[in-house]
Amino acid sequence: MSSLAQVGAIARRSLVRTSRQPASVIPPLVFPVLLMAVNTGGLRASTELPGFPTASFLAFALAVPFIQGALFSTMNAGTDLARDIQTGFVNRLSLTALRDWALLVGQLAGVVALGMVQVVFYIAVGLTAGVRFESGLAGIAVLLVYGALVALAFGALGAWLAFRTGNGEAIQALFPVLFVFLFISSMNTPRNLIGVDWFRVAATLNPVSYMIECVRSLIITGWDWQALGLGFGFVLALGLASLTLASRALRTRLTRT
Amino acid sequence: MTEANGIEVVGLVREYRKGPRAVDGIDLSVAPGEIYGFLGPNGAGKSTTVHVLTTLLPPTAGTARVGGYDVVKDGPKVRSLIGVALQEAALDPLLTARDHLRLQATLQGVPKEQRQERADELLRRVGLADAADRKVRGYSGGMKRRLDLALALVHRPRILFLDEPTTGLDPQSRTALWEEVASLRREAGVTIFLTTQYLEEADVLADRVGIIDRGKIVAEGTPADLKAEIGRPSVHAIPRREEDRATIAAFLTRFGEPLESARDVAVRLREGLGLTDIVRAVDADGIDVLDLELRAPTLDDVFLAKTGRTLEGAAEEAEEAEEVKRLR
Repeated sequence: MSSLAQVGAIARRSLVRTSRQPASVIPPLVFPVLLMAVNTGGLRASTELPGFPTASFLAFALAVPFIQGALFSTMNAGTDLARDIQTGFVNRLSLTALRDWALLVGQLAGVVALGMVQVVFYIAVGLTAGVRFESGLAGIAVLLVYGALVALAFGALGAWLAFRTGNGEAIQALFPVLFVFLFISSMNTPRNLIGVDWFRVAATLNPVSYMIECVRSLIITGWDWQALGLGFGFVLALGLASLTLASRALRTRLTRT
Repeated sequence: MTEANGIEVVGLVREYRKGPRAVDGIDLSVAPGEIYGFLGPNGAGKSTTVHVLTTLLPPTAGTARVGGYDVVKDGPKVRSLIGVALQEAALDPLLTARDHLRLQATLQGVPKEQRQERADELLRRVGLADAADRKVRGYSGGMKRRLDLALALVHRPRILFLDEPTTGLDPQSRTALWEEVASLRREAGVTIFLTTQYLEEADVLADRVGIIDRGKIVAEGTPADLKAEIGRPSVHAIPRREEDRATIAAFLTRFGEPLESARDVAVRLREGLGLTDIVRAVDADGIDVLDLELRAPTLDDVFLAKTGRTLEGAAEEAEEAEEVKRLR
């Protein structure tokens, strides 16, 4: 049997089970948008700060759900996989002709597909609310690609945690830690306008800032090659690291001969 | 060389890093088309043996060949020959039975054009055709077990491993599963390696039984041979009054060796004695018993004779040990 069919079967299962549990689909779509709406309402005045890059705080804030949604997906994907390990479902799969890497790729394909749904949803919300995408249609296409890469990188992180711990609760416990990365970033204020020194340094050292700024540049600036380079660079580095870790943890987890 | 559908195990050992030897040098062989019952209490090493034979765990020492292939060197070939239903029916509660069968058939390499037909055939066979499109989370324990069996059969395996397939099932579901297992061997000649902690299950289903305790096989043979080895039946008396228990126990020792029994007073009869001898003596001595019963040897008697413990007692010991480990 072709590896592609195996990947397809695992990805299909991942999508089917996700679609059958609204609690896995709706929060990653709705919560980031709600948070964005709250922030937009409360922080609108920030646009009047000298040097603020846009007159629309909504356009500025729209980048955040892309990353926040991916964090939700990471947790869901990791927790699902950990549950599969705990219940023995991974053992069931191990007893078939499934190749090790096809399990990982299939699982991630499901995460990426869900990630794409999220990206399309956030873009639609932005367009409906009147946000103008400065990079145009080509920029929206790049956003889709970037969204897929972010979902892949964070999904692989979730898979690594799942294979490593085999415990859904352990993965859930890491959720606040990942959220700290999101909040100590340039999600609500451009880095150069952050007044508190330690916060500005932390946001500058935080890779999540560059991921947000990459998405943000496509929405409010147009084609900012430096922001794109840093954003793609960090997400590719995270993806590569988490995929490597996940593959290793998978080999340790599957002790089949 | 193992026969194509057989199992051959020599000196198999499996050690866990921080535990005792779960499997401690076992030898066994299962002939093609045979149902081999692997009987033992919880924690005896049954499931670890199944995990090694099904390639999920590498052995620490020894060799095991399944269907002619070495489980360490030829893992993928072994997996292609075997069907496995592990102790926990690991099913996805959000998928339907048909979803499960489709996934399993794809991963087992069943040609696309045959998958639907095979799924329908198996759903009918295990009596789940009406529930095929319902999510598994609404299934009863028996339904889950039957689906698990169907999944193990998707690719028409020549050797089937069933790890405690009826644990937790009601008597009706248990009997239905027994019938299914027996028919698999009868109709398709499938070799079946079945672990169980139920004596009756091993007795009813297995051609041969291996009894495992603390990682070692303590007895092996057909159920009839094993029971014949014990030979003599036992007599069980239920005292009418609890205070008569000691008197009855002393009385019965005239007829054989006492047996441990919480429920009644029992002895293994000496050669040449029968129930009638005891009944006569009861009358003659005026012993007051509520009931007197002659029991043929069971596999539990075999277990007791080989290990000094009853199967039930061994299971309780294992549970206590597990509890102590948890508390540490």
